[in-house]
Amino acid sequence: MSRPFTKVITANALLEGDVIYWTEEATWTRHLSKAEVFEDEAIADEQLMTASAQTDIAVGVYLADVHLENGLPQPTHFRETFRTKGPSNYAHGKQVELN
Amino acid sequence: MYKYNDFDAAFVAERNKQFRAQVARRIDGSLTEDEFKPLRLMNGLYLQLHAYMLRVAVPYGTLNGRQMRQLAMIAERWDKGYGHFTTRQNIQFNWPKLQDVPDILDALAEVEMHAIQTSGNTIRNVTADHFAGAAADEVEDPRPTAELLRQWSTDHPEFQFLPRKFKLAVTGSEADRAVIRAHDIGIQVVRQNGEVGYKIIVGGGLGRTPMIGKVLRAFLPKQDLLPYVEATVNVWNRLGRRDNKYKSRIKITVHEHGIEDIARRVEARFEQIRPAFSGIDQVFLSEIEQSFAPPTYRADATSAFDAAYETDPLFRSWADTNLTAHRNPDYAIVSISLKKHGATPGDATADQMRVMADLAERFGHDELRVSHEQNIILPHVHKSDLPQVYAQLRAAELGTANIGLISDIIACPGMDYCALATARSIPIAQDIAEHFDALKLEHDIGPLKIKISGCINACGHHHVGHIGILGLDRAGVENYQITLGGDGTEDATLGERAGPGFSADGLLPAIERIVRTYLELRQDPSETFLQAYRRVGMAPFKAALYPESQANAA
Repeated sequence: MSRPFTKVITANALLEGDVIYWTEEATWTRHLSKAEVFEDEAIADEQLMTASAQTDIAVGVYLADVHLENGLPQPTHFRETFRTKGPSNYAHGKQVELN
Repeated sequence: MYKYNDFDAAFVAERNKQFRAQVARRIDGSLTEDEFKPLRLMNGLYLQLHAYMLRVAVPYGTLNGRQMRQLAMIAERWDKGYGHFTTRQNIQFNWPKLQDVPDILDALAEVEMHAIQTSGNTIRNVTADHFAGAAADEVEDPRPTAELLRQWSTDHPEFQFLPRKFKLAVTGSEADRAVIRAHDIGIQVVRQNGEVGYKIIVGGGLGRTPMIGKVLRAFLPKQDLLPYVEATVNVWNRLGRRDNKYKSRIKITVHEHGIEDIARRVEARFEQIRPAFSGIDQVFLSEIEQSFAPPTYRADATSAFDAAYETDPLFRSWADTNLTAHRNPDYAIVSISLKKHGATPGDATADQMRVMADLAERFGHDELRVSHEQNIILPHVHKSDLPQVYAQLRAAELGTANIGLISDIIACPGMDYCALATARSIPIAQDIAEHFDALKLEHDIGPLKIKISGCINACGHHHVGHIGILGLDRAGVENYQITLGGDGTEDATLGERAGPGFSADGLLPAIERIVRTYLELRQDPSETFLQAYRRVGMAPFKAALYPESQANAA
């Protein structure tokens, strides 16, 4: 059985380089929890094009796998988990900046 | 050390001005990311996992105190208060903001530094033996040669769009501390019948397809260096595989064509272009050599060292591991460990950088080196000053006595920072260092180099680690492959893969099994891990690593 299509749109912010996610309001957020979750591939691709066009805000826009827990997107791959937190050797990045 | 002339200063200032305008045009939307990316990479600016990363060149790893202080200032003002020293003797800042980078580059230019050609398909920062100019076993200081190559390769119009990156390393000693056999071109200063010249090695490299370099020319007269190296890069620039990124490095070109064919082509090209070199490069070289004149050594007594060595066991332990013989017997080469147990290999805080700058200025003829093993070197310290130097290092958490031991680990930034990484490296290094420190086995184990890369590109030199660790992504889980028996010295050898990889949790016990196997089978404590491995081979280590498969086979 193929895995259901569950993805978010993510990128790095042009100025800070920080990880950002695409929202339902067609804006960018620093929080994965506020990202729009796509379960329809056609809609995701269309939004990916819109998001990718915002080159003055976002760099390297792509679709990342997530799964839903209590209705909120959670990373599927460990690389995406690190992107939601920051490095493991120092308390730097999102793990401190978002709190 | 080398001082910028007017040309150097004007060139760096012009490049910084250009980049400032490029950043402004990127931010105001005039440049797309596709247009901007090659421009930022030419200036050492990467976009990594969580932030930008600026890689600053430290040519042949040499710094003075003022430069180190400026790096500390940059770390505090525009980063998070620290910097990461790399296996290419550079320093990386992990958190700069795009709009601040032009100011950082200007601050670097104030102390004759830059980030040019630290990325991209061009000739990268030239590295050298970190003990250059101080080592007792040296034919000649390799740094004037490295500086000549830096000047020749910087903005060389023919070599800005090479098939791939190109790395040069130079050593002046037979004992290879610069891993020259794992570089695109490795250069060794040699003496033959009283004449000083170069041995040229080509086609080494690690990464996806690791290769040990082959001798291209056993002896090259000194004055022929630039035309010969230019001929070599030129041959590769024409033959190199631009169709396939994984086959584009010169090691593949040498492998596919054979060293004899490459040597023939290089010699032919060399004969063609040599007449164009008028000898002005040799005039430059002799000027450069003057700026690397050895310091004026003191002739004081060394009794303070002897007294501390006799009475202070901590100092003695540090002196035994972290000092290397200097060519002047009253002096020592100090290796400052950036590998405190549990710390991130190669990282130094701004305060630590200032302590090292201060020590260099007060006790070290104002010289510092970055080693490819991610430590900092004070190359010229009078032995009578060593007790004071040690006390200050210790107070700054820089006094760890572990150079060359199991916790002196090379680790790339891995997936904690790097966008290319497939697994983390830093936490693995931290765990290994803390574990063997807790076991109090480190000094008993003796010389043992562990090198960790977080992906196949091998920035952590895992192929030439006595124990190499390669972090991979296996079906969405971090997995670590072990290689044994690698060596990055003049006896360069690629490590042999032990077998299937280990999970992050299984890796530390696996490393301990390897080490305990060595301790059991060594003939006596003077037989190092590498010597023992070469004597007994993989079998006993494999048996210890994979007891189940041994049982199944029985």
